[in-house]
Amino acid sequence: MSKNNNEYLINRKDNQYEVVIGLEVHAQVTSESKLFSSSSTKFGAEPNTQVSLVDAAFPGMLPVINEFCVKQAIKTGIGLKAKINKRSVFDRKNYFYADLPQGYQISQFKDPIVGEGKVILDLPNGQKEIGIERLHLEQDAGKSIHDIDPQSTLVDLNRSGVALMEIVSKPDLRSPEEVSIYIKKLRSIMRYLGTCDGNMQEGSLRADVNVSVRLKGAKDFGTRCEIKNVNSIKFMQSAIDYEANRQVDLIEDGKNIDQETRLFDTKKNETRSMRSKEDAHDYRYFPDPDLLPLEVSDDFIEKLRTDIPELPDDKKKRFIEQFKLSPYEATILVSDIATANYFEEVVAKMGKNRDVKLAVNWITGELFALLNSKNLEISQSPISAKNLSILINLIKNGTISGKIAKTVFEHMVEGDKDPQKIVQEKGLKQQSDPKALEILIDKIINDNREKAIEYKNGKEKLFGFFVGQAMKASGGKANPQLINEILKKKL
Amino acid sequence: MSEIYKQTLSELVNNIKNKKISSEEITKSYIARSEKSKILNTFVTSNFDEALKQAKNFDKKPNFNLKLPGIPIAVKDLFCTKNVKTTAGSKILNNFIPTYESTVTQNMWNEGAILLGKLNCDEFAMGSSNETSYFGNVQSPVDENLVPGGSSGGSASALAAKLTPVTIGTDTGGSIRQPASFTGTVGLKPTYGSCSRYGIVAFASSLDQAGPMSQNVKDCALLHNVISSYDEKDSTSIDFKRSNYSEQLSKNIKGKKIGIPKEYRVEGMPKEIEDLWQKGINYAKDCGAEIVDISLPHTTYALPTYYIVAPAEASSNLARYDGVKYGFRSKGENLIDMYEKTRSEGFGAEVQRRIMIGTYVLSSGYYDAYYLKAQKVRKLIKSDFDEAYKKVDAILTPSTPSAAFKIGEKKDDPVSMYLNDIFTVPVNLAGLPGISIPAGHDSKGYPLGLQIIGKAFDEQNILDIAYAMEEKINFKNKITDWWIK
Amino acid sequence: MTIDLKTIKHIARLSRISVTDEKAKKLAVDLNSIFDFIEKLNELKTDKIQPLTSIAETTLKLRNDEIKSKNIREEIIKNSPEKNEDYFVVPKVIE
Ligand SMILES: [Mg+2]
Ligand SMILES: [Zn+2]
Repeated sequence: MSKNNNEYLINRKDNQYEVVIGLEVHAQVTSESKLFSSSSTKFGAEPNTQVSLVDAAFPGMLPVINEFCVKQAIKTGIGLKAKINKRSVFDRKNYFYADLPQGYQISQFKDPIVGEGKVILDLPNGQKEIGIERLHLEQDAGKSIHDIDPQSTLVDLNRSGVALMEIVSKPDLRSPEEVSIYIKKLRSIMRYLGTCDGNMQEGSLRADVNVSVRLKGAKDFGTRCEIKNVNSIKFMQSAIDYEANRQVDLIEDGKNIDQETRLFDTKKNETRSMRSKEDAHDYRYFPDPDLLPLEVSDDFIEKLRTDIPELPDDKKKRFIEQFKLSPYEATILVSDIATANYFEEVVAKMGKNRDVKLAVNWITGELFALLNSKNLEISQSPISAKNLSILINLIKNGTISGKIAKTVFEHMVEGDKDPQKIVQEKGLKQQSDPKALEILIDKIINDNREKAIEYKNGKEKLFGFFVGQAMKASGGKANPQLINEILKKKL
Repeated sequence: MSEIYKQTLSELVNNIKNKKISSEEITKSYIARSEKSKILNTFVTSNFDEALKQAKNFDKKPNFNLKLPGIPIAVKDLFCTKNVKTTAGSKILNNFIPTYESTVTQNMWNEGAILLGKLNCDEFAMGSSNETSYFGNVQSPVDENLVPGGSSGGSASALAAKLTPVTIGTDTGGSIRQPASFTGTVGLKPTYGSCSRYGIVAFASSLDQAGPMSQNVKDCALLHNVISSYDEKDSTSIDFKRSNYSEQLSKNIKGKKIGIPKEYRVEGMPKEIEDLWQKGINYAKDCGAEIVDISLPHTTYALPTYYIVAPAEASSNLARYDGVKYGFRSKGENLIDMYEKTRSEGFGAEVQRRIMIGTYVLSSGYYDAYYLKAQKVRKLIKSDFDEAYKKVDAILTPSTPSAAFKIGEKKDDPVSMYLNDIFTVPVNLAGLPGISIPAGHDSKGYPLGLQIIGKAFDEQNILDIAYAMEEKINFKNKITDWWIK
Repeated sequence: MTIDLKTIKHIARLSRISVTDEKAKKLAVDLNSIFDFIEKLNELKTDKIQPLTSIAETTLKLRNDEIKSKNIREEIIKNSPEKNEDYFVVPKVIE
């Protein structure tokens, strides 16, 4: 396997293989109640406590669609720069499974609510456009639990009927890395829109991964396998890596690849065939006669369009122009709406004489490191944007040095303290009084006469020694610029 | 005053309002008669004790402003009734007790009616003779060993035998109108979307409609007033202006144009039916209506279309009966085995047959040839009616191609059984209202019905025509109490 | 066209209905006679006809995003043929 120029290729003897990946992402729509029933979608409830008669498919129960979920799907479609279909149809996808109470899933097959769109990826070597085939609304199934009871499978229907958006990409992805960036970008867009929280631990975002391989440069696609329901980016990457190599090995051995559904075993880190072939699926899709075609007006769509916030791509462009950020910095800051908002709040609170670069460095440096170590989202940051902006201004106006600022930052974590108070209480204010510093430096030169002479005789490296001594003597509070100036003069 | 059970619904309502009889007396009268009529096998579940209790409660605090004040009514066992077993005539729901109430029955209780019991029907409403019920076939009160029709056979039989003053059924391809015709009673299949489907065990969602069954047209209108309502819980329920059907009921149909579709003169139609139809045409003329010849060219394709659409929807609607959440479960070695055993033991032969047809016509490779084709022909059938209604106000046809037949006579020949619905099925496919009224007897003395088909939402019009014709026809049913020993 | 036993068994499998050979034979006879009757539709040319997807002459109504259904677990599980207090129970499934 080589990764030159970010290209992901699988090498065998004389052959180089390219991997072709398409994703069917299942994103849970952010809503209070389910797609066709009025029970709650809240995560983590006791089993079967958020199940209505409709969700459990009692005789005579009928679906009634949630308007908010329709709006969420359309908004997401707009975010994906996609065609919104004014008329869409709900179909039944028929199959039997323990956690599918109706014996069918209500989904959209022929006429989805959203048509073709695109997502732009920021790759290390430039941008790449990934085509979106469609987005449709459908119901989630319940949950089968296999590991509580040794004899039986238990069924929890809390998720049954929760609204999902299935977002189908074109087979435009070429590496596990691209998949990771694509998922993150998709999640970012949906979070900006507030249409999906993107929480993968809670299953709000999962994907079926379609993988095929072909000789590099070949035109035709190879036979694909679908890896079902992978729920973390890391697993998606491992699954693709495993699956692509498995397929290449089969080809190299002169064997056929069966088009099939596979499962990623997270313990063994490998994919395996999921359902026996004799049970080949035939979903018998047909329009759900309990529902009429969904029709939305231009007006309805346009109203939603005016609700669309600035999305990552536009925000990035603006950040570059308005704050003179590098594309790299901008990409990092806009990837998550909460980060972007935090950044803008810091900048705004810094006032007129702001130092945006410094703010970027502190956010992507110290703050990110802190959040990482505590495993927190930026929305849970122990340091508010306001206090961080004060801290940065303290550095900017010379009240404290960058080094002291790090100490102050550490103190700020406890209870989001005002950095000015910390500086005052701990006496961390920078010494910028030239007279006081001159006295301090005179003493150091006096104490180190021999070294001073060596310096004068050309051992310039010793300058750093004197700076260090001066900083140490001041308890780190001395203004380093002044120290430099005075030392140059005195030595 | 005649014996209570012999009174019509409107007589009962009047007598109770005038305090001539009590709800308890009415209820007792029907219970007593039902107890003597077990041989008809109409009740799957009786609710007699509870009904009596409710009747007494009503009498203590009567509300005479209600439309069905203290009137006991038995309903088809396809309507889910809270805390009362609901089986759909199937073993697979044999032990199912809903915790909820269908909208249509709730509407009745809201107007003061009292649940008398649940009436037998063909399993999941699939049948035309009430021989497919897990609870055995229903006996017609018309004659021994005669079918009452289906699938609302228990309802028709109980109504004709006067075990309930009125009743409600469901009609997917003729399941109200055909049994009404076979038992000399009145049955209305409303416009699709007029009565909520919420809480009714589904057979074929795009065709199913609940409707009233009664001894006469006036009672039919009265009950329809109560059960027809817009319902937010049913996405196919339609919010249209419903008239007050019974108050506006009028015999004046002078100048109304009534269409006679030539395609309903089917090959091999018995002379009796032909004559009945002609008699109907003459009565309509007597009432002042104008008779117009019309054409519904795709009529002969209606049954084949129906036998694709209805099983397709049913195969999916019945997938929920899998032994997991409610109903019957058979032990299986694994999940699939459990499903297969549960469904092959829990469903009867006709239901299994229709599930198989439905699965087949939707399966990959056959969808376009069957299901899609049927949806297109359905469009043609609907367009036929749209065309016809440019010229006429209503259409008059026989309700069925023959009178009732003997139990077991057509059981082994599904196609000949399906032909029973030849005149009723097009109405369901087009979503239109249709009413069957008794119009005569065949040579054996079995009742025959005429069907009046209306425009969508035009129930008032067909009720008026039926009301006017009913007077001219002056049908007298010949039912004796032969089954009461 | 005739529906053979293999097809009958395949449909039965999709329908989750178990069939013995005998039952399959009986079903084949019934289904073939029904489909003979259905084939009549082939007389009609329908290439240019739009299929009818809904008979109700109205558009889909949208409901508000409100939680109205409360915890009714007891009610939901009550009718289940095999259950414990919290769950529906089915034979062990191996994925
Ligand atoms: Mg998929
Ligand atoms: Zn999906």
